Amino acid sequence: MGILEVKDVNKRFGGLKALSDVNLSVAENTVHAIIGPNGAGKSTLLNCLVGKLIPDTGSVMFDGQSVLGRKPYEITQMGISRVFQTPEIFGDLTVMENMMIPLFARRDGAYRLRAFRSVDSEAELRSRAEAMLEDVKMLDKRNMHSASMSRGDKRRLEMAMCLVQEPRLLLLDEPTAGMARADTNNTIDLLKEIKEKRDITMAIIEHDMHVVFSLADRITVLAQGTPLVEDSPENIKGHPKVREAYLGEAA
Amino acid sequence: MFGLGKKDTTVFVVVIILALCAPFILNPFPGNSSLAQFNAGYPDLMQRFVIFGIFAIGFNLLFGLTGYLSFGHAAFLGAGSYAAVWMFKLLSMNVIPAILLSMIVAGLFAVVIGYVSLRRSGIYFSILTLAFAQMSYNLAYSVLTPITNGETGLQITLDDPRILGASATADGGIPVTNLFGLEMRHFTTVDIAGWSFNFSVGYYLCAVIMILAFYVAVRIFRSPFGMMLRAIKSNQQRLYYTGLNARPYTLAVFVISGMYAGLAGGLLASMDPLAGPERMQWTASGEVVLMTILGGAGTLIGPVLGAGFIKYFENIFSKINDGVLHGWFSFLPDGLENVVITLLHPFVGKGWHLTLGLMFMLVVIFLPGGLVEGGQRIAKALRRGRTEDNGAARKASHEPAE
Amino acid sequence: MDAIILQILNGLDKGSAYALIALGLTLIFGTLGVVNFAHGALFMIGAFCAVTLNRILTLSHQVVDESRKDFLGNPLKVDVPYVNDWFGEAAGATIIDWSVPLAILFSIPVMIAIGVIMERGLIKHFYRRPHADQILVTFGLAIVLQEIIKYFYGANPIPTPAPDVFRGSFDFGVLLGFDPNVIIYPYWRLVYFAFAALIVGAVFAFLQFTTFGMVVRAGMADRETVGLLGINIDRRFTIMFGLAAAVAGLAGVMYAPINSPNYHMGMDFLVLSFVVVVVGGMGSLPGAVLAGFVLGVLESFASMNEIKSILPGIDQIIIYLVAIIILLTRPRGLMGRKGVMED
Repeated sequence: MGILEVKDVNKRFGGLKALSDVNLSVAENTVHAIIGPNGAGKSTLLNCLVGKLIPDTGSVMFDGQSVLGRKPYEITQMGISRVFQTPEIFGDLTVMENMMIPLFARRDGAYRLRAFRSVDSEAELRSRAEAMLEDVKMLDKRNMHSASMSRGDKRRLEMAMCLVQEPRLLLLDEPTAGMARADTNNTIDLLKEIKEKRDITMAIIEHDMHVVFSLADRITVLAQGTPLVEDSPENIKGHPKVREAYLGEAA
Repeated sequence: MFGLGKKDTTVFVVVIILALCAPFILNPFPGNSSLAQFNAGYPDLMQRFVIFGIFAIGFNLLFGLTGYLSFGHAAFLGAGSYAAVWMFKLLSMNVIPAILLSMIVAGLFAVVIGYVSLRRSGIYFSILTLAFAQMSYNLAYSVLTPITNGETGLQITLDDPRILGASATADGGIPVTNLFGLEMRHFTTVDIAGWSFNFSVGYYLCAVIMILAFYVAVRIFRSPFGMMLRAIKSNQQRLYYTGLNARPYTLAVFVISGMYAGLAGGLLASMDPLAGPERMQWTASGEVVLMTILGGAGTLIGPVLGAGFIKYFENIFSKINDGVLHGWFSFLPDGLENVVITLLHPFVGKGWHLTLGLMFMLVVIFLPGGLVEGGQRIAKALRRGRTEDNGAARKASHEPAE
Repeated sequence: MDAIILQILNGLDKGSAYALIALGLTLIFGTLGVVNFAHGALFMIGAFCAVTLNRILTLSHQVVDESRKDFLGNPLKVDVPYVNDWFGEAAGATIIDWSVPLAILFSIPVMIAIGVIMERGLIKHFYRRPHADQILVTFGLAIVLQEIIKYFYGANPIPTPAPDVFRGSFDFGVLLGFDPNVIIYPYWRLVYFAFAALIVGAVFAFLQFTTFGMVVRAGMADRETVGLLGINIDRRFTIMFGLAAAVAGLAGVMYAPINSPNYHMGMDFLVLSFVVVVVGGMGSLPGAVLAGFVLGVLESFASMNEIKSILPGIDQIIIYLVAIIILLTRPRGLMGRKGVMED
């Protein structure tokens, strides 16, 4: 039984069948990659997982609880964090403030109002934020205005913001899209490091085969809204169906 | 100090000094000098400074932190005023219950309006709040006349019950607003050399409340709640995926901000116990927007400065007439004098709003951070100037040695 | 039945003004992406174009009229407008009488010029700034324009009569088979409605059948792509702004006889016009026009005594109430497109 269980999920947009009978099981403590050509339904699937879309039929269970019908913030509170394709951070705030908000969310829940105590008095959360920034090698940038950082740093900050909440599942939506090779390799290293240091499950949606094969323990190939195969990276590489449908290398 | 950081404490102390010493600061010119017309240390004017300061501080909590631009805040100001006057009519002339009720009523109003308006953001939010405020204004003008006394405005009269007080004073007059017997309109004038300073009970009550309101606002700014609000302005998407629901936060700040407006309305009525529908009109909402932007939205002291600035110049500019202008420019040759005065005439006296509109446009165009940003820029330029001087000096002292 | 027809008619003239202002607002918003709080001021300036032309035409010089004497027997001094000198007395009088319709010709270049100056001088610099800044700067501009008019024309409303021929009322009732004097409707309001319909038709035809209009419509649908096609959007924006200003101005010129122009009429109409735009759907031209008429008529119905006796005060708030309900149930308004101002 995986930490994330997707069963018989279907989703239609008008006449278009975006997802049909998707079954997916992500085992705890693994890196699970979901790959597929454009329009295969990767983003739709992701949006069903985080509460942005509700599937027409089927179930999505996280840690034995259904996520369907829950709002994105409720799902995040259950322990699923999400990294976006383009880094989504609080651009008007400093790096440290960016880190404090997820910590407050984790400790105080979705809408606790603490209107009359100073942020500065939160020494414990502050030290946790600093430790996390140290982990992603950004401690020296803690007082920087986050909008003025490079894209690579924004990506690191976003990951740090997700990880500091100690999620049980981290969803990554094409984390290296639009990155130069060097940045991509840095991101891969960062993710590997993260994985080594803590028990965390990751689900990655990715285009770049290099990223997928360097990180994934398990790969699901999606084509036209249906899972084609699910297997280990070694087997996927040589799988004829995959080569044909996805890699386009008709042998 | 006071649980504030070092910088905030400084700002807070500055505000306290400004508020408590206003009777001196605003009367810098001796009473018989030609510059006395620039004095603003009159009780009613000073009261307006701080009351509108409170209004702007509250508005800034909403707009400055979350970026939600409300064009209907005057509705809360008006509701507060009506509530306070009713308290004077029914209960007693003591200002405390009146102020409390005005905050409660405005708060309830804000819950309803906020709950509906905050379902939308951006321009839609602005228009929803505008629509609610105009609705309140129109209703206050027409159907709600039994409560608001329509166009004439709500006033206290001799036959009001005033359960805990007297309907009329011993000599048959209408009683005045007071704080446990201390009359709001009471003031002492102290004459020192050519200067005369007015110390009014009403002003000091308002000033103390303003200081409290400012303190609460600073605490909110620096709290986790304040940080969430800035996060809402910055990126709502990320906020949701951080596990936070923005709605309770925005509603809470909307209600707090509405209560500030209600407090301001209650104080206005406490200083002068009448309330009319024009206090709810959207031009009044526009005024608090102007104050906040002019001073510097999102900064602590900006709204206070903006409110003081606008109310001061409103008073000064509208007093300047052609006679005053002639007095100023009499040193010029006759022809030139007349030209200058003709050019200035549209901007002073009744033309004050023209000056205000132009000033506001210039601020939005060139100084989006308002007066506070202007001050910071000047300070920065001065500092840079000084370091350059030092650098030049050092260079100069080095050169001969080489 | 007759009462209903009467209310529909009564709603039409106000609805026409709402529709025209909302149309201009939408043109500006749809093409330039700017929320223009100064649009009501343009409507007001239009009305003052009518006032101005009337004043220019009635510019007079004094003539001693020997045929008329005052009570002391001295000859009377009478004011004779210059137009009488130039065109003769009868023609002069007609020209003055027709000053409001003539002001249409006068106002078009004036309004276009004001619009173009506004866009080039101010709005242009705000395309890339947040909507809040656009609202604020145009709000400031509206105050300035309003105060300038107040400085030159004073604070009191200035009666500006329609031509004599239109001064009476038309008896609709007779036409529809009711008793006489049941449904009567002032001629000028009919003219206003027809005029508004004409302007709306002209704007739509312009957008539909000219290349310029096609580009503008494409731009409203997808600004970025049109920009990528290498079409000079900037100049078109300027022209659009001038056009929208002219539409608002024309709405104002013809409204002058219905409601004596005063300096704050623009703001009064603006608030309602924004509501109209939102109800119609931000960025939808047909939506703006439809919502303008619908709200005008609704407002008129709400002021019927029968309705007011059931729901007192409803006439005061009906428009806002409808707007609030629409915004909450159909965030895109009646005919709004997806993706406009939804962030």
